[in-house]
Amino acid sequence: MDGLNIPLNHILLLSSLLFCIGMLGLMIRRNIIFILMSLEVMLNAAALAFVAAGAYWGQPDGQVVFLLILSVAAAEVAVGLGLVLQVQRRFKSLDMDSANRMRG
Amino acid sequence: MLEIIFFYLAATIALIATALAMTRANAIHALIYLIVSLLAVAVIFFLIGAPFAAALEIVIYAGAIMVLFVFVIMMLNLGKEGDARERQWMQPRIWAGPVLLSLVLFAELLYMIANIEGSLSHPAVTAKEVGLSLFGPYVLAVEIAAMLLLAGLVGSYHLGRRYLERGE
Repeated sequence: MDGLNIPLNHILLLSSLLFCIGMLGLMIRRNIIFILMSLEVMLNAAALAFVAAGAYWGQPDGQVVFLLILSVAAAEVAVGLGLVLQVQRRFKSLDMDSANRMRG
Repeated sequence: MLEIIFFYLAATIALIATALAMTRANAIHALIYLIVSLLAVAVIFFLIGAPFAAALEIVIYAGAIMVLFVFVIMMLNLGKEGDARERQWMQPRIWAGPVLLSLVLFAELLYMIANIEGSLSHPAVTAKEVGLSLFGPYVLAVEIAAMLLLAGLVGSYHLGRRYLERGE
């Protein structure tokens, strides 16, 4: 309780605004690299909410979940960028709409 | 009181940098703004008393993950127009925005280091508590994260290997 001078609502508001910007980016961009960046922004906003709540109640759980989000983001971006290389090789374009059909 | 002002400053920078990152046409420009946004979030972590999370944010998010992005963008841009593009990236109006935003963050950080007893020496949650909790009640989650990272490693190796072998 004593560690947090900043109102928790404002941090949560910032976190949700960041999340909304990320989701907007996810919806308006068709470049696959920008889609991955938007996912990073959204994960980061969620992590901010967790850390803020953990600091507010003085519990370490928030930062534990932050670490887990960090590893999820790392794994996601590694696989996602591998997919970016595949999409670029196969379709000669980074546009997601070029990869809109499955084989068969 | 000052912490609150710093928080709103860093929050504004985070929002502006993220919004600019989402609207850039060039991936590298967007990446620079995204790094500034992550740095601003790291400053906020410092301010709310989570220095361990702030350090991890900088090292892993702004360091490792963004370097992965840079590598892939550089790999995709191997072409004749690379030089011209490189010269175009060097124009001041491209890096002036990120530099300005990160200078504000740097000034905040300098002030915090100068008055270190304010926010850094009394973290709400210390790294020791996080570690004890991580390897105490949350040890199963650590194992799951390890499995996830292993799966990510194998998956990205599989995807990238085929690119390196048969591509180009």
